[in-house]
Order: sequence, then structure tokens, then C-alpha cells
Amino acid sequence: MKQKYLPLTATILIFLLSYALCVAQYPNMLSTRVIGNLLTDNAFLGIAAVGMTFVILSGGIDLSVGAVIAFTGVFLAVVLEHGGMHPLVAFALVLAITTAFGALMGAIIHYLEMPAFIVTLAGMFLARGMAFVLSIDSIPIKHPFYATLKGLYYKLPGGGRITLIGGLMLAVFAIGILIAHRTRFGTNVYALGGGTATAKLMGVPVAATTVRIYALSGLLAGLSGIVFSLYTSAGYSLAAVGVELDAITAVVIGGTLLTGGSGFVAGTLVGIFIQGLIQTYITFDGSLSSWWTKILIGLLLFAFILLQKGIIRVSRHERQRA
Amino acid sequence: MISIVRTYLTRLLPQLIALATIVAAVSIVFPGFLNLEIQNGRLYGSLIDILNRGAPVVLLAIGMTVVIATKGIDLSVGAVMAICGAVAASLITSGHSLGVTLLATLAVGVLCGVWNGILVAVLDIQPIIATLVLMVAGRGIAQLITEGAILTFNDAGLIFIGSGSFAGLPMPVVIWLLFGVLVALVVRRSALGMLIEAVGVNREASSLSGVLTPVLLIAAYVLSGLCAAIAGIIAAADIKGADANNAGLWLELDAILAVVVGGTSLLGGRFSIAASVLGAIIIQAINTGILLSGFPPEFNLIIKAAIIVFILVLQSPRFRTAFTFLSIPRAAGKPTEREAK
Repeated sequence: MKQKYLPLTATILIFLLSYALCVAQYPNMLSTRVIGNLLTDNAFLGIAAVGMTFVILSGGIDLSVGAVIAFTGVFLAVVLEHGGMHPLVAFALVLAITTAFGALMGAIIHYLEMPAFIVTLAGMFLARGMAFVLSIDSIPIKHPFYATLKGLYYKLPGGGRITLIGGLMLAVFAIGILIAHRTRFGTNVYALGGGTATAKLMGVPVAATTVRIYALSGLLAGLSGIVFSLYTSAGYSLAAVGVELDAITAVVIGGTLLTGGSGFVAGTLVGIFIQGLIQTYITFDGSLSSWWTKILIGLLLFAFILLQKGIIRVSRHERQRA
Repeated sequence: MISIVRTYLTRLLPQLIALATIVAAVSIVFPGFLNLEIQNGRLYGSLIDILNRGAPVVLLAIGMTVVIATKGIDLSVGAVMAICGAVAASLITSGHSLGVTLLATLAVGVLCGVWNGILVAVLDIQPIIATLVLMVAGRGIAQLITEGAILTFNDAGLIFIGSGSFAGLPMPVVIWLLFGVLVALVVRRSALGMLIEAVGVNREASSLSGVLTPVLLIAAYVLSGLCAAIAGIIAAADIKGADANNAGLWLELDAILAVVVGGTSLLGGRFSIAASVLGAIIIQAINTGILLSGFPPEFNLIIKAAIIVFILVLQSPRFRTAFTFLSIPRAAGKPTEREAK
């Protein structure tokens, strides 16, 4: 088997193994209802994580995701409840704003040669601040169109439901996989992650690619915000705090190297599933406290980092022998 | 001697100007800003308040500076603060003496630092991920210690650290002043500082030239853990309780920001602890200033982001090049920005 598939395979194996363990203890977990809920509950995180995967593949990082989600939610709530706009128009408007926001961060990172970490940190403050300026209250969204959207689902055999937002996440992952592996942009992202200087020499348009990567992350963070507002039916400026960390964790657990250049969008999906599974297990158990989620995810993160280190070391050895 | 003072001043000039501008701007809007008064043998006033409120970030920034100088980053400091606050609270409530509590808490901070250091130095993991592990798991561990509740305590000695005063200054200020001077002296009066910078500039080359890179790296993260432990004790003592969820939340970002505002590059190498401390105070002055000058608090984050972007743009390499290029014809003879640095 090719080495580059090893982290992904390990992630999938760990997911299947832990799911089997969960089912052995609680047979009810093997139902389409649980799977449907897993998709719905993690939809916003998954969509944001696709954008994060691209950013990390290129060797960058985007800390603004959670704040952009909160901004989107508050913006939608304010526009829909006080502005009387149709949700679809509002969706288009907010996606345009977040995409432009991401593109601006990308441009600053490239043209001013500033570290992505700090630029997106300032972006996080700015987006969260804009959300505060729009409203500091939690605004419920009562638009009838929201109820229609929330009522859409595809019924699976066994009573499970793939809701609109769950399905949307799967679609975003499918498109993400296509972009990463079947387009020039995707190849450029991988090249950039391998090293900016090398990419430049190979003729990769570094400026355009960097701007597009962060614009894509902004777009998906906006979409994730729309999904989040559908999921919670409200906009609140303190919502979705720390989502960027969950997304980064999912990307790393999914087998993408944080140094960039290596990984798969599909791995991130499995990373999301593993995080969701831990939470579902803790809900099923009932006696475990929620802080075990954090500790377990931390341990998993550690295990995966070690695994990646091991793989890199082994492959380096083989290269030296060859 | 004079030349040394001058070197320090030129290094700290941008930060000092930024701080002076902010203080001046706030004191125009809020005239009482500069007032200082002595009550019960202790200084009171907005300026003292800034130094006091800024204590945790200043402490974290001291450790963070050294870590960043080695081309690393420590995301776990906020979580370590929570862990240490929880340890201190649980030890003191279970009847241990103040000395034992403090020592054990500092030891826990050091332990967290050793963990991070080993991941970075021995296992050779990228610092941002290595410390992410503890950042994610740390709050869980802290909640495990406090069993999910906010542990409160009434020990006068421990509370004194958060709200007492010494020589007219609040205890947290005294602690960070002493600690900062100590670290700066140790680092700058010995070759340590230079070695740390060497590791940050090129780890491989400094290893080859005989620098004990792993030891230095671990020491940097241990220092950061120790700073986080002290900050954690202060934060817990301040509210007379350990809040595993909120103690030190997002302070790692403020600390990193303080270091960057202080002019230390995230790419490692040259560092200045004094500048980072100034950076932390600038951030706190912005926070306090916005509150005092009567802006709606909703605007806090936006103003903060705008100021930060402004400072960062000034520091960006591209901008500096452009600035030097533009200022050459007019300022022939005068040292350009690059030379002055």
C-alpha cells in the first residue's frame, strides 16, 4: 500500500474499531438514527473543517472560522428579523461578505508577508467584534422559510433522517474532494504546502492561490454559519467559540499534516465522525462527564501525531536505503 | 552605559510610542485616567489598574517570548493556567499549607512544560500541534480536578497573592515585575539568550555547533509552563476560586499577540522580554482604555483588531522595505529604519 494512504487508513480503522466497540456495549448505536444525528449535529463543524483542510494543506491556518460562523448567524438573524429580507437573498449576501473577508485575509497574508496565524487571529477579533456590533443579544429566527428548510429530510430505512444540513455537509465534502484532487487549484494547494519557494519555481501562481484558499475558507465558514443558524434557529454573537480548534483537530485526526502538502479531504470527514462518535458515546453512557470528550480528543490527537511522525520516519529510512 | 541605554531605547521606541499614544488618547477622552492616589498605603488609579489586570498576560508573554524566540509557539498556556488554578484550589481546600500548595502548583506547571518540551524537542513535533494537544485536553484535565464545579477557597494567604499589596503596588504587579526582571537577567546576563536565539534562527546549525538544543527547547517550554502556573495562581487568587472553564480562556492568543506587538518575530530569533511586557501592557491599556472612554463595549474587539492590524502592518517586512525605499532620498545621512534596528 502506498505510504500516503497510511494515515487515512489508520483513521478509518480507528473509527470502525471504536464504532464496533461502542456497538458491542450499546447495540442501539448501530442504527440509522444515530448516524443521521451524527451527520446533523456535526454538519456545521464538518463544512468549516473542509475549508480548514484546504488552508492546512497549503501550510497555513485559519483561526477566524468560529468568529465568522457567529458573525454569519447574527447577520442572518438581524437581516431576517429586522430587515425583512428573503432568506435566500440574505444567504447570498452573507456568503459574499465572508468570502470577501477570507480573500482579504489571504491578500494580507501574501502581500504583507505576515504569518497566517496572526492575520487570522486579527480576523477572528474583527469578525467577532462585527457580530457584537450587530447585536449582543441572542436573536431567535422565526422566518417560515427556516421551518420549511428544517423540515426537509431524506428518510433512511430504520427511521434515521438525513436532514438538509447533514446532506449539505456530505455534498460539501464531495465537492471538496473533487476540488482537491481533480482541479488545477487543488494541485496548486498541495504544491504550496510542499514549499512556497518550490511552488513558485514550478510556476504556481502563489498570490492568486493564497487569496483563493482563504476566500474558500471564508466561503465555507459562511456556509457553516448558515447551517449553524438553521441548526439553532438563532443568531448569537458568543456562539461557536472555539470551532476553529475542533476543525483543526478533525483535520489532524483525519491524517493531514499540519506542515501542509499531505493529506485528504476525506480524512477530515472521518475525523469529524470520530469526534462525533466520542460525544455520542458519552451521551449514551450518561455517567461520564462531558470533559472526558476533551481529554479523549486530546489523547487521540496525540496518538495521531505520533503515528504521522512514525510514518515520516519510516519513509525517510526507506528513501535513504533506496 | 549610555550606549546600552540607547540601544534599549531604540529597540523599545515603537512600543513606547504606541503606549504613550494610547494613554494620551484615552486621557483626552477620560480626564481622570492619569490620576494616582494613595489609600491605605496602596496606589490606586487607572494606570495601576492596567498593570494589575494585565498581570496574567504579562506573565504568559514572558514565557511565550522565549518559546517564540526558539521558533516555537505555546498554545497550551491558557489551559495550563486552568489546570494550575484547579490544583492550587483543590490543594488549599483539602487542608495543605500555602507553601506546599504553591510549590506543588508550580511543579504542575513545570510538568506541563516538560511534556510540551519533550514533544517538541525529543519527538520533533511541530510546536503548534504539540501544544495543541495540551490545549485541547488541558481544560478537561482541569475539570477533572475540580470535578466540574468552581472550587472556591478562603485561605487568606492565597487570596493575598491576587488582591494584596506590597510596597504600595498590588501583589500581581510585584510578582510580574520581579519575575520579569529575574528572567531577563538570567537570559541576558548569561549566554542563554544568545543560544536561544541561535536555536530559533537555525536549529540544525546550532546543534551542529554544539548547542544542547533539546535541553534549551525543553527549558523554554518549562519556563512557559512556569509562567502559566504563576498566572494561574494569580487568576484563581483574584476570584478566590478555580474556574476550569474560563480561567485563562483565550489568553494564549493575547500572550502571542503581546509578543508580536512587542516586535519579536514569530519566525524565531531575536527577542526582547521587555518589549513583550510592553506589548502586553499595550493590549491591556487598549482594553481598559476602551472601557473607560465610554465606547459601547460592543466595539472593543473591532478597535482592538484595527489597532493590532495597524501595528502589524507597520512591522511587516514588505512595508518596511517600502518605507526604507521611500525615505532614502529625503533622509540621506540619517540612519534608515533598518540600520537603526
